[in-house]
Amino acid sequence: MTDLAIDHLPRRRSIPLVHEAISALVIIALGAAGYVLFPDDLAFLTRLIGISFLVLSLDLVTGYCGIATLGHAATFGVAAYAAGIACVRGITDPLALLGIGIVAGALMGLISGALIARFRGLPQLVLSIAVGQLVAALANKLHFLTGGSDGLASIEAGKVFGIYHFDMYSRTAYLFSLAILVVVFVALMRFVRSPFGLLCRGIKDDDLRAKMIGVMVYPRLVIMYGVSGAVAGVGGALTAMSTGVVGLDSVSFERSAEVLVMLVLGGAGHLWGALAGAVLFQIFEHIVAAANPFHWMTLVGLLLILIVVFAPKGLIEPVLNLARRLARKGKAS
Amino acid sequence: MRTALSIAIDALAYGMVLFIISIGLSIMMGLMRVVNLAHGAFAMIGGYLASYAIRDLHVHYSVAILIAVIGTIIVSIPFELLLYRRIYRKSDPLIQVLMTIGITFFIIGVVNFTFGPSLKTIPLPALLSGPLDIGFRSLPTHRLFVIACGVVTALALWLLIEKTGFGIKLRASVDHSDMADALGIRTEIIYAATFALAIGLGAFGGVVGAEILPIEPFYALRYMVTFLVVVSVGGAGSITGALSASLLLGLADTTGKYLAPQYGEFFFYLTVIVIVFLFPHGLFGRKHA
Repeated sequence: MTDLAIDHLPRRRSIPLVHEAISALVIIALGAAGYVLFPDDLAFLTRLIGISFLVLSLDLVTGYCGIATLGHAATFGVAAYAAGIACVRGITDPLALLGIGIVAGALMGLISGALIARFRGLPQLVLSIAVGQLVAALANKLHFLTGGSDGLASIEAGKVFGIYHFDMYSRTAYLFSLAILVVVFVALMRFVRSPFGLLCRGIKDDDLRAKMIGVMVYPRLVIMYGVSGAVAGVGGALTAMSTGVVGLDSVSFERSAEVLVMLVLGGAGHLWGALAGAVLFQIFEHIVAAANPFHWMTLVGLLLILIVVFAPKGLIEPVLNLARRLARKGKAS
Repeated sequence: MRTALSIAIDALAYGMVLFIISIGLSIMMGLMRVVNLAHGAFAMIGGYLASYAIRDLHVHYSVAILIAVIGTIIVSIPFELLLYRRIYRKSDPLIQVLMTIGITFFIIGVVNFTFGPSLKTIPLPALLSGPLDIGFRSLPTHRLFVIACGVVTALALWLLIEKTGFGIKLRASVDHSDMADALGIRTEIIYAATFALAIGLGAFGGVVGAEILPIEPFYALRYMVTFLVVVSVGGAGSITGALSASLLLGLADTTGKYLAPQYGEFFFYLTVIVIVFLFPHGLFGRKHA
């Protein structure tokens, strides 16, 4: 575990921003490939990107700070509801709605972080579940705001920059989401390598040692939770705008558990792992869920057990090892 | 007055069901430090087995309970050997959470493939199904039966843990696993026996509580959170803790549902947050190193 922090520092101070530029290009290339190859499935791909924000957000608290949470969908859901309610009440500019989602998500993140980050282990897990369930119960009961179990429908966002409107093929929604994903991903790459991000990694590896060298652990975790909430808020607002409805499923326990599965499938503690897990899992789900939902549960259960037994660090780890070995070989020759 | 008595009986019965199921989970968490989210899934297997035994094999209720408990323990053996052994006392709760969620999903899928996706009833024998007249009013017999089961379970467990050789070894393994090992206590056997005990209690609770927590396809997921909450509020590994937490939460939930049904589970989880925040190691939990 100790070599993780070092790995994330660039080996040499080469060309600035080259990592970020490459990552952005990779995401753009993959997104463009999706746009060209699956023009009929853009609605699904848009939803996929929306959930990816939530997985990235969970990675910030679970992968980088070591907080096990089963209530993270609350940040996503609160932002989705906030954007949806604002849209129904007359604010229709997509960027403004995005801003509302970010603020709502960040606030929810700060609140839940303030509660959850005080503890570790089982109490932490139970508090995270309780916070998530509390939000779900509220979303169900505040019928006049959220539509209760019927969901919040008829969210119609206006035109992006006043030019491109959300069409029924989700073209605009997809490209808009993809563009924001690139921006957020690059920003997060910088963020997790900042002194603050590295300190959070240190807290994850050994919080006692972090305390001993004078780090205020609790406030940092709460701030990280706030940032994570903002990222989840982006996803929530985008999903609310692109699908036009916000339902109780966006705050449910199942959603929280599912994104945790995605994160660990890809590999917690890596932004690329989170993204890869989100994409792989949802494509798998999209293909299998058409069958009986119970077969789907059996398969996911089996998949989870296999991952925990054979690749507890996620699928990204073997890929990274291979890349490292190749790089070393290249240098030696 | 009438309402108060109904609330009291229902809350007590509900609390006892929570206790019987959760105490197994609590023992496992206290001893093996496993956050076993699949505990409800094993209780569900017990319920399905009992339902099958009564409705298709036409055995008596008491025999069905035995079949359910023993059958569930047999089903759980491969899980223990292949999977749970890997995560005993492993410090990373994330891995435990994931594996046990995986086991839960897997069991839900397989059970529903085998027994079908509909709600399963466990028919009660005539002795338990009617009301019982206690003089000034009558009470549902089944509720009283559940309460009696809870009391008997608590007493039996207390005797087992405090008064028998097995209990002494178990407590030694809980407090200082390495030292117990060094003194010649076969901790892995103690672990396996405790696992079987925990699963058996879960199955027992699943069967006798089927009237209150109906056996249905998503049973394991629906009540997973509730059982975990009981253990966390009570403190892992404590019988008194689990009992008081079950009764407290049973009371909170039942009262809330009687008096303010429109708020659903809101007050329940609010109570949980307040309690966990004030007592992070549970009402009767001990702080583990």
